[in-house]
Amino acid sequence: MIWEVFRQERKGQPFTHGGSFHAPDQAFADAYAREFYARRGESVALWVVPREAINAIEEFPDEFDLKYRRVDGYSIKARLKEARDRAGTTAD
Amino acid sequence: MEAREQEFLDYVQGGGLVETDDWMPDEYRKRLIKFIEMHGNSELMGVLPERDWILRAPTLQRKLALTAKIQDEVGHCQLIYRVVEDLGKPRERCLDDLISGKSKFHNVFHYPTKSWGDVGVIAWLVDAAAIISQKALLKCSYAPYARVMKKVCWEESFHILHGRDTVLAMVTGTAEQRELVQEAINRWWEPLMHFHGTAIPAEEDPMVIWRIKSQGNEEARQQFLEGYVPQILELGLEIPDPKLRRNDECVWEYTEPDWDKLLAVVTGHGPASQERLEFRRLSRAETDWVSKVVLAEAA
Amino acid sequence: MTERAQLLIELADDELILGWRNSEWTGIAPFLEEDVAFSSIAQNEIGHARALYELAARELDTDADALAFDRKPEEYRCAPLVQLRFVPDWARTIARHVLYETADAIRIEHLKEHEDAALAGVAAKIEREEVYHRLHAEMWLDRLGREARYTEAVEELWPYALGVLAPELRPALAERVDRPEVDAVERHAPGEEFAELWNEMTMVRRSAPVGAQW
Repeated sequence: MIWEVFRQERKGQPFTHGGSFHAPDQAFADAYAREFYARRGESVALWVVPREAINAIEEFPDEFDLKYRRVDGYSIKARLKEARDRAGTTAD
Repeated sequence: MEAREQEFLDYVQGGGLVETDDWMPDEYRKRLIKFIEMHGNSELMGVLPERDWILRAPTLQRKLALTAKIQDEVGHCQLIYRVVEDLGKPRERCLDDLISGKSKFHNVFHYPTKSWGDVGVIAWLVDAAAIISQKALLKCSYAPYARVMKKVCWEESFHILHGRDTVLAMVTGTAEQRELVQEAINRWWEPLMHFHGTAIPAEEDPMVIWRIKSQGNEEARQQFLEGYVPQILELGLEIPDPKLRRNDECVWEYTEPDWDKLLAVVTGHGPASQERLEFRRLSRAETDWVSKVVLAEAA
Repeated sequence: MTERAQLLIELADDELILGWRNSEWTGIAPFLEEDVAFSSIAQNEIGHARALYELAARELDTDADALAFDRKPEEYRCAPLVQLRFVPDWARTIARHVLYETADAIRIEHLKEHEDAALAGVAAKIEREEVYHRLHAEMWLDRLGREARYTEAVEELWPYALGVLAPELRPALAERVDRPEVDAVERHAPGEEFAELWNEMTMVRRSAPVGAQW
């Protein structure tokens, strides 16, 4: 079986993918994960999962404009200037 | 070249990265597998010249350091073969092809070791030559391999220090200890000069064209000489090449290596090639039952 | 030599020689992942030996490397179990690993209670590392426990395993391993097989005068 290891370098950091190896069961996988991703104290935590438990998703629909739900969909500069001009609060 | 292949080529030449399940031209996949497999083979064969010396290490510290270094190399082989497996070639077949001589491994691992002087020189200079290549591979267009190289480079950083420290202890020790180092350098210089391969221009190197390699062979060799010749000479050691010198254009000149000899070595005619492959074949035969019991698939 | 120093050297010699034997597998273990794991175990054992030699060295006014490498073969105190050469036999290697780790666990438990604080301290540290050795041994026992090669190896090595421990600790080992106590292969002055090991282990060191730096 192939197992995947995710490792956390320091507390507070996200878990990132480390790599994969062969092992027959969880006991072996845990032992090998320690060896490959923590024998130098380089990780504070590990997640060890069978590869088959991971479902990869790589295609996403991108048909219509989704900017309304992102920051780059908004440009308030012009309106803000107009509002300030009206209120007489435009900085000189 | 087909349109789709050309598009892919433009993509990688523009710095694009490729993941395991992306479409890739057959040629790219083949070259990738061959190159990465040879790297994995080399890590595995590289263990053999050094492992005897674990048993003979003259202090507890050196014993630990050398064991850890070799352990790293086995670990690197594991990481690298995993990359090859995900590209479609099972590890067991990589081992079959290595042992049968069908696939290759780097020249430096076809040579015998003779003394503790070799242990220092290999860890210092052979690893240095390898790290130069490995750093260049950080930019490989095939991302899974580049990611493995990041871990490999990080782990290898102590190897050179351990090697250099070992050498320094000997050159500041007895005259005989110093002589062990000099004698080792005399033997390892030719393989080191062969290591980065013939000076094929980067523009003509398919590996560079596909952005699998990002550095030409001569550039790597120059980097090695620039970094390490001064380090060797400052210890009062000699390099067995009377032509070796840094010219006015800051380019290192040297006696042209015998490239036919390199070809002979990597095709299995090096001084220790057959003995080492036979040793691998025997070890594997004797422990094969374990993989079958434990991994069900073979190792 | 004090009883304390003798005990330390006996323990250190066991760990050094077992670590030496286990490191014979580096690069040629049955598969790559296990190669890396088993190499760590060997390194840990050498590390334990070093810590124990260092304690003894302070008392004997010498250093750990001198104790590890500069004695004559007949001066070593290691148990016969750890001297046996098994490469390339993985079944016997694991059988020894399982038996030794169980015996060592019993021994270390006792040492943690030793009146000598330094020794008790080192024992506690060793035990915290050995937890992982035992997990490793158990996972292999789980896989190989029913293989004929393995059970035969345990049968063969059982008397040797008993010989690792002082007689008063042997019943505990018999209980943990669930085997009847038999006549142990006792510690004795090392013989020819050890002399060969010692020769290889010390050949580089002996090539320079005592006190040379490496």
